[in-house]
Amino acid sequence: MAHITLPEGLPGIRGPMALRPETAKHLNELAEVLLRSDNSLTRGERELIATFVSSLNDCFFCQNAHGGLAQHYLQCDMPYIDQVKSDFQSTNLSPKLKALLSIAGSVQKGGKHVTPEQIERARDVGATDLEIHDTVLIAAAFCMFNRYVDGLGTWAPQDRNIYIERAKWRADEGYVNFDLYK
Amino acid sequence: MAHIDVPGGVPGIRSLVMFRPETGQHLYALAQVLLRGDSPLTPAERELIAAHVSARNNCTFCRDSHAAAARELFEENRALVDCVIHNVHSGALSLKLKSLLNIAGKVQLNGKEVKQEDIDEARRNGAADRDIHDTVLIAATFSMFNRYVDGLGSLTPTDPEAYAEMGRRLATKGYSLPQPVKD
Repeated sequence: MAHITLPEGLPGIRGPMALRPETAKHLNELAEVLLRSDNSLTRGERELIATFVSSLNDCFFCQNAHGGLAQHYLQCDMPYIDQVKSDFQSTNLSPKLKALLSIAGSVQKGGKHVTPEQIERARDVGATDLEIHDTVLIAAAFCMFNRYVDGLGTWAPQDRNIYIERAKWRADEGYVNFDLYK
Repeated sequence: MAHIDVPGGVPGIRSLVMFRPETGQHLYALAQVLLRGDSPLTPAERELIAAHVSARNNCTFCRDSHAAAARELFEENRALVDCVIHNVHSGALSLKLKSLLNIAGKVQLNGKEVKQEDIDEARRNGAADRDIHDTVLIAATFSMFNRYVDGLGSLTPTDPEAYAEMGRRLATKGYSLPQPVKD
């Protein structure tokens, strides 16, 4: 049961968003720009960064909701997403995305964990300033979303297939102008 | 020096949102609603929660700028800001605010660290659902801002007067997106 009274039946972040639409508006607009707007990082790559950080923060709802979206965009399956979460260096992801995931992992621990060497490595394999910026902000933003979801003890469906089934729909609707209750 | 090519001489998050106003506008709008909008907690109490979380995340820029804002807003009770940041017992803090700061500290570690007993204690001390919601979201949001500011190695002023000035600006004008530097 959630720590506070939330509208019933809404999973994860949707409960607190329905409780407080004034803050939800800006949270959703931030997610829309970070994860869906035009960018040299694909939607799949950005959702993967979000999934990886949510996994490090042990947030079940976020890692499955965004993992579902990542596997939808990247046209892979959940075992591949799970492999990225457990050991991304062993996957066939590009050297650039691996360098960005390494930066995201450091941000999850704390901003000061990011080293000049990590930044240099990312640049060496082709990352731009904007890609580094967006990686750091996606990682930081999910340290917020994960804490919002778990800090209020929200409810989340435990069947991972539900997140996969809903991913295509979620990909179509985006993060703004969607119906919280559907 | 910052990890990316942000405007020179501009401190902390201001340099980052000038680099990327598309995301910056939403970050500032969120801060304004969360710290100045409708809430059972006063702006001073909310700035104090922000400074407390930033201190725990070892983010000097956010700690000192929000502590300065809290001092301005607490006026004659400004000394309690230092008590909170330096983790010194302060009799001036209400039991309700103490128990909300405890919840904020748990959120800073990880959302799952917030336990039923923390919530029960806050309720016994008079906290309602909205107090708890706003505390959790402020603590979560500063767990983002702190990582954003330090993760990109943004400029952290060392002059205390620089923060005092930021505190006065934040206390009187709130949060509005800094405009790009003109060439």
